[in-house]
Amino acid sequence: MEVFAVAEHSQGELASISLELLHLANLIKGSGKSNAIVISNNGRVFAEQLAKYADKVWAIEDKALENYHPELYTDIIFQVLSRVEKPALVLIGDTAFGKELAPYLAAKLNAPVQTDVVGVEISDRVSISKYIFQGKVMVDVELKASECYVLTVRQSLFKEGPEVGGDVNVISIKPSVVPRRNFVKYIEPAVGEVDISREDVLVTVGKGIGDISKVKIAEELAELLGGVVAGSRIAIDYGWIPKDRQVGISGKVVNPKLYFGLGVSGASQHVMGMKDSELIIAINKDPEAPIFEVAEYCVTGDIHEIVPELINKLRQIKG
Amino acid sequence: MNIVVLVKQAYVSDFRPSITADGKDFEKQSLVNEMNDWDRYALEEAIKIKEEMGGEVVAISVGEDCDDTLRKCFAIGADRAIKILLDSTDSWNIAENIREAIGEEKFDLILAGFQSQDLNNALVGPILAGMLNLPYATAVTSVKFEDREVRIRRELEAGFEEEDTLSLPCLLTVQTGINRPKYPSVRSILKARTREIKEVRVTPKTPTFEIKRLYFPATKKGKTIEGSPEEVSTKIVEVLKERGVL
Repeated sequence: MEVFAVAEHSQGELASISLELLHLANLIKGSGKSNAIVISNNGRVFAEQLAKYADKVWAIEDKALENYHPELYTDIIFQVLSRVEKPALVLIGDTAFGKELAPYLAAKLNAPVQTDVVGVEISDRVSISKYIFQGKVMVDVELKASECYVLTVRQSLFKEGPEVGGDVNVISIKPSVVPRRNFVKYIEPAVGEVDISREDVLVTVGKGIGDISKVKIAEELAELLGGVVAGSRIAIDYGWIPKDRQVGISGKVVNPKLYFGLGVSGASQHVMGMKDSELIIAINKDPEAPIFEVAEYCVTGDIHEIVPELINKLRQIKG
Repeated sequence: MNIVVLVKQAYVSDFRPSITADGKDFEKQSLVNEMNDWDRYALEEAIKIKEEMGGEVVAISVGEDCDDTLRKCFAIGADRAIKILLDSTDSWNIAENIREAIGEEKFDLILAGFQSQDLNNALVGPILAGMLNLPYATAVTSVKFEDREVRIRRELEAGFEEEDTLSLPCLLTVQTGINRPKYPSVRSILKARTREIKEVRVTPKTPTFEIKRLYFPATKKGKTIEGSPEEVSTKIVEVLKERGVL
């Protein structure tokens, strides 16, 4: 099958997911080709990097394509796919970019679409595997036969693959739609008083801690361990922890000496932001919490019974 | 501003459900329903906009069993509720059904949650935008209206955001944290019980996939610390000393 990896780049840099998609494409292409599609105002700057791992690179250049734009990207990819043999499988990263682009593109291509895919198999049908229920359940599904398929692929799974060394085609495709969404600007993250990516010890609060009055025990624990408190997405949304202390792909990627999770269940976007911490201890009342998959020490239990006890012990030690 | 809000009665995913013997479905008694967390923020945003600008909020949900969620929408401030009588877990089919059901609606804006808390697909909103050929944005963290335009911020990675303007009508999926959803008062909950939910029948659609197998991921768990709070704390202190944190 013809497999297409849609490259992702921002502010002049190719995102690593672009190569990961090509490694996957090469694994599953069978007798077909792996293709990279890179769309920008200067597509050829990324083409050489991509060509190393793709049979063919489609570098689309147009000055209107400086920034990612879902309607324009959809239109360009649609035009590329109209020139190739079918069936065609389109791979996009399961990132802020891909999660937005893929379903809209699929609607325009009339293609079955699946997101956050962790495995793909092509036989006479396309089958995929993915997590549901916040990582607690896996599902294998078979897609209906179609001319095109669109999948978003989870990051950091297909990190290596053989070199292919393909051709680069710099092609000029003009957008054929007038965009109704206009990019204004990027906004830098707010700088808080603490940079959690530089701290040695993080006590991270999740939904399971209960309510804001309980954040105090996390603060006490953090202080005794010489660290600071951080939060999962929910702890930020509920206003328990300031936004600049959010751990995860959409917040900050951290790798402290100690990550101590209190009531953090471990949604994938959170886990990807903390799994490389040196020591991970997690307390959660759900024995199936996905955080336990990356934790070195797992405690199934009640934070409000265990943490006060732990605080007492640490106080005794510190005198 | 007339707003359509897409709401889902989703499963609580704090605990894992049981899988049926044939591995193709969940044991119904192991599942608990509630209004999808992301959709609470979408509805709150719709009500906020209505309070500022006037207009109407119509909540739409899909499935035989979504009355509780639609009543909650009434209690929070929705003006009308539409229930599409066709259960599906296929996002593509759900988007098709919504497109069919809102055929007659006049709207300036469609709001939806960024994703559902049970299936985590993040598909229905942007597929529907494609089918209706609407400008759209996902993971929106702020919404501001200016004439016939809306200025939004959307979440990217690593704390970065992007600002865009979109012409109306458009579709936005909202990220949690965009507002603080209010809880309905007891009075409004009681009043919502008597409100009419409009039921719409749609034609069955061809599924885009077939579930082959549901299963629990092979978990490679770390070391387990068990015992009383006292014992657990002692062990944690030992580990912290051993690893030089203390």
